[in-house]
Amino acid sequence: MFAVKNQNSAKGIALFISLGVLVVSLLGLTVMNNHANLNYNAPWISILNCNFHIGLDGMGQLICLLTAVCFPLIFISTWNNTYKGANRFYALMLLSQAGLMGVFLAMDALLFYFFWELALIPVYFLSSIWGGEKRIAATFKFFIYTFVGSLIMLVGIIYVYFQANQSFDLQTWYSLKILPEKQTWLFWLFFIAFAIKMPIWPFHTWQPDVYEQSPTAVTMVLSGIMVKMGVFAVIRWLAPIVPDGFYLWGDTISLLCLIGMIYASLIAIKQDDLKRLIAYSSIAHVGLMCLAIFASNKSGIQGVMLQMFNHGINIIGLWIVANAIETKYGTRKLSELGGLAQKDAGLAILLVIIALANIALPLTNGFVGEFMMYNGVFSSAVTKYGVLDMSVAGICIILSAVYTLNMIKKIFYGHSNALTQSGTPTSVPVLVCLSVIVALIFITGVYPKPMLQLTNDSVDAILKYIKTSI
Amino acid sequence: MNAIIFSAIWGVLMMFSGIFIKTKAVIRNLAITGAAILLLLNIAELSYHFILFHVNTRGMLVFDSFGLLFNTIAFAAALIYLLASARDIEDVGVNQADYLALIFFVLCGVSIASSFNTLLMLFLSIEIISIPLYILTGSDKRNLKSNEASLKYFLMGSFSTGIMLMGIALIYGATGSFALGNMSRQIIGFEPVLMAGLLLLLISMSFKVSAAPFHFWTPDVYDGAPTVFTSFMATIVKAAIFIAFVRLFDAAYGQALPKWRLTIAFIVAATLFIGNITAVFQQSVKRMLAYSSIAQAGFMFFALFGYNEYSKDGIILYSAAYSLATIGIFAILIKMKDYTFDGYNGLAKQQPLLAAVNTIFLLSLAGIPATAGFFAKYYMLVAAVRNGTYLWLVIFAVLCAAVSAYYYFRVIQAMYFKDGDGQVKEASPAFKTILVIVAGLIIILGLFPQLLTVHLYF
Repeated sequence: MFAVKNQNSAKGIALFISLGVLVVSLLGLTVMNNHANLNYNAPWISILNCNFHIGLDGMGQLICLLTAVCFPLIFISTWNNTYKGANRFYALMLLSQAGLMGVFLAMDALLFYFFWELALIPVYFLSSIWGGEKRIAATFKFFIYTFVGSLIMLVGIIYVYFQANQSFDLQTWYSLKILPEKQTWLFWLFFIAFAIKMPIWPFHTWQPDVYEQSPTAVTMVLSGIMVKMGVFAVIRWLAPIVPDGFYLWGDTISLLCLIGMIYASLIAIKQDDLKRLIAYSSIAHVGLMCLAIFASNKSGIQGVMLQMFNHGINIIGLWIVANAIETKYGTRKLSELGGLAQKDAGLAILLVIIALANIALPLTNGFVGEFMMYNGVFSSAVTKYGVLDMSVAGICIILSAVYTLNMIKKIFYGHSNALTQSGTPTSVPVLVCLSVIVALIFITGVYPKPMLQLTNDSVDAILKYIKTSI
Repeated sequence: MNAIIFSAIWGVLMMFSGIFIKTKAVIRNLAITGAAILLLLNIAELSYHFILFHVNTRGMLVFDSFGLLFNTIAFAAALIYLLASARDIEDVGVNQADYLALIFFVLCGVSIASSFNTLLMLFLSIEIISIPLYILTGSDKRNLKSNEASLKYFLMGSFSTGIMLMGIALIYGATGSFALGNMSRQIIGFEPVLMAGLLLLLISMSFKVSAAPFHFWTPDVYDGAPTVFTSFMATIVKAAIFIAFVRLFDAAYGQALPKWRLTIAFIVAATLFIGNITAVFQQSVKRMLAYSSIAQAGFMFFALFGYNEYSKDGIILYSAAYSLATIGIFAILIKMKDYTFDGYNGLAKQQPLLAAVNTIFLLSLAGIPATAGFFAKYYMLVAAVRNGTYLWLVIFAVLCAAVSAYYYFRVIQAMYFKDGDGQVKEASPAFKTILVIVAGLIIILGLFPQLLTVHLYF
């Protein structure tokens, strides 16, 4: 990929490869859906008893599907952006996709760590080379944050490795019974890494800056998929392995999530920058997902599964619109925009639908996921504060409606000004992408059953290991 | 055995070559040939037990797979070092042949350090390594900084050698023998003289590997010495002394480790802290690398701290990863016109290949997966966690590793993200090829570390 010099051919090849990945993941879902085909295990470093073991279970399939769907969308929607050294840009993008897929597929802890870091490096370079003015400081903060988190996680991995009689195998780790008092601190070794990635308040400070400064294509990867790494890792690599620690700290983490949700929503209301607004809304949504995981019941975790997919799709839709507006009008300030709906009706309609999904209106995908999560939090048997959590989190729906509708109002309605007078309808590739997203929003919103079935077994398997009641 | 004798012979040969050969290129090629033969002879001894010189050492030297494997790494690194930087040695001064001869004498000391079995041989090896280094440090005769560094190194070095001799004398007094085997038998009971001797030995060895709080000479010496020789000192020599340290530990401290563990934990923590924090504030890449070498020594100390089955694999891997990466970074640094971080600005545009390999070296030093540095650090952490106690130290160490990422990435930032005209002197295609090979080795070791460690067992 680094060898391709021509910009257009680099784009074409990247798109082709990402579509190829999509086809493979769809095949994995349908034709070859049996255990043998979806597992690959080979010894890697035999001295350490470490295997190159990758496998797909239901939740892996769902999130890999998300990754596979997102990358072609990202490539198509940013087709008109030009990058200096496009071959390197697209090569690094595909490398980050490989790393992300690896994280979701790894069934061996060391391999997981390996991919976890590997996904970070290309993104760091992407943002730092092609980002905005303050990119260097912002992405460096991001890098150091996540690097600290992952190194602490590495200590945790090594510790569990010895507890598990020198094995990195996921199933062995699941069946492990680590002493509860050890789990209390072991939990944090892992959780800090995941919390930084998600990000959970107060580990979130890197996020708005990085989202703002990164090129939009990279921001889509970061917010659409990379954030899910943290959520996903909590479900697969934290909850079943240290169930007692998970239970013990549940209320503390829930409190952090709630603070983060309210805080991020309030800041989002005051934001004038479109990118920062979406960034803060993302913090609020991820906070809810984390809250629902700690509810430790089926409705909650299934909701998280569904919402991981939905949120990825929705937020990429929002970024596509942000990108389209920014490239066309050269500004992201809400106060400088207005009245776009008259000039660009197609974009307006599609954005309104995506925005409604973002605030979880019925019939959109957001509704199903969020409803299940709220239901999970409400009926959670592991905490005494279920109702309280639920009511505080409920406020966030209202707040999210405030900032999302406010955003639409400021961009599309009201009086057009000198800048937006010159507006023209959006280009076809962008509209195609948005239409695909809107179609997905309605399909999952009306008929989420296939997806829920997909993750059903793996959620059950995980619930077996974690404490579901006081 | 092959290595000790051959490197000494070749060193003498190099010395005389300066008189008889006038062409610089011939002398250079002679040295490179010597390093290559040295490497081959050592591999032959390691893999096929082919021994050229049979000498009865009466148990004073032991040639086990650990020592021989390290020799292989050291000689391979030396070969790479000569291939990449031999041309720059010529620029230091007029006595090119002598510098190369001294390097071969140091290699002789390195191979004794990896195979000693009595304290006398340890002392001898440390001295054989040190004395040529004092000369090499001061080889830039007209440069005041180089002279200062040489004097400082010499004074501090002789001081620590004196402490080492004192320690050895006390141990001899307590056990009646120089043999390492006797020490471990005697050490079970607490004997004040023996303990005092061991403590002095520990201090002097810590001094030699520049562990805090005995590190003060390092930045000045590394900074003052001509950069080509700093590269040699900071990599091959440092790793060799660590290997000697591990061997010594094996025999002397191993069984009484719990008693020593707190002392060593203190040294590790202090070394990591001082090395990493001070490196952050440096403006010159060369000085940053000096502090980074202190910080890396802190990590290598984990091999001693958690003395168990992972330590030897770990230190072998660490010395390979660290030496390769640091030699590479120094080789590029020598070519830079400006040694500050700003001197690297915009290098990626001028020299994309050099910037790319330099990035791989820096990532390896920072311990990013898919480079050799990751598994090196990983083994060290495993060795430390294995013991189950002192987890705070491990967490402290990983936090320091994160700090280290800060200053390594500053170079990457300068190369890729900042605008400027980072200037390099001419970089020949051969030079680039070598660096690409080194980068390839680092990535291969980062994916399959067992390629190296497997030789410890077979």
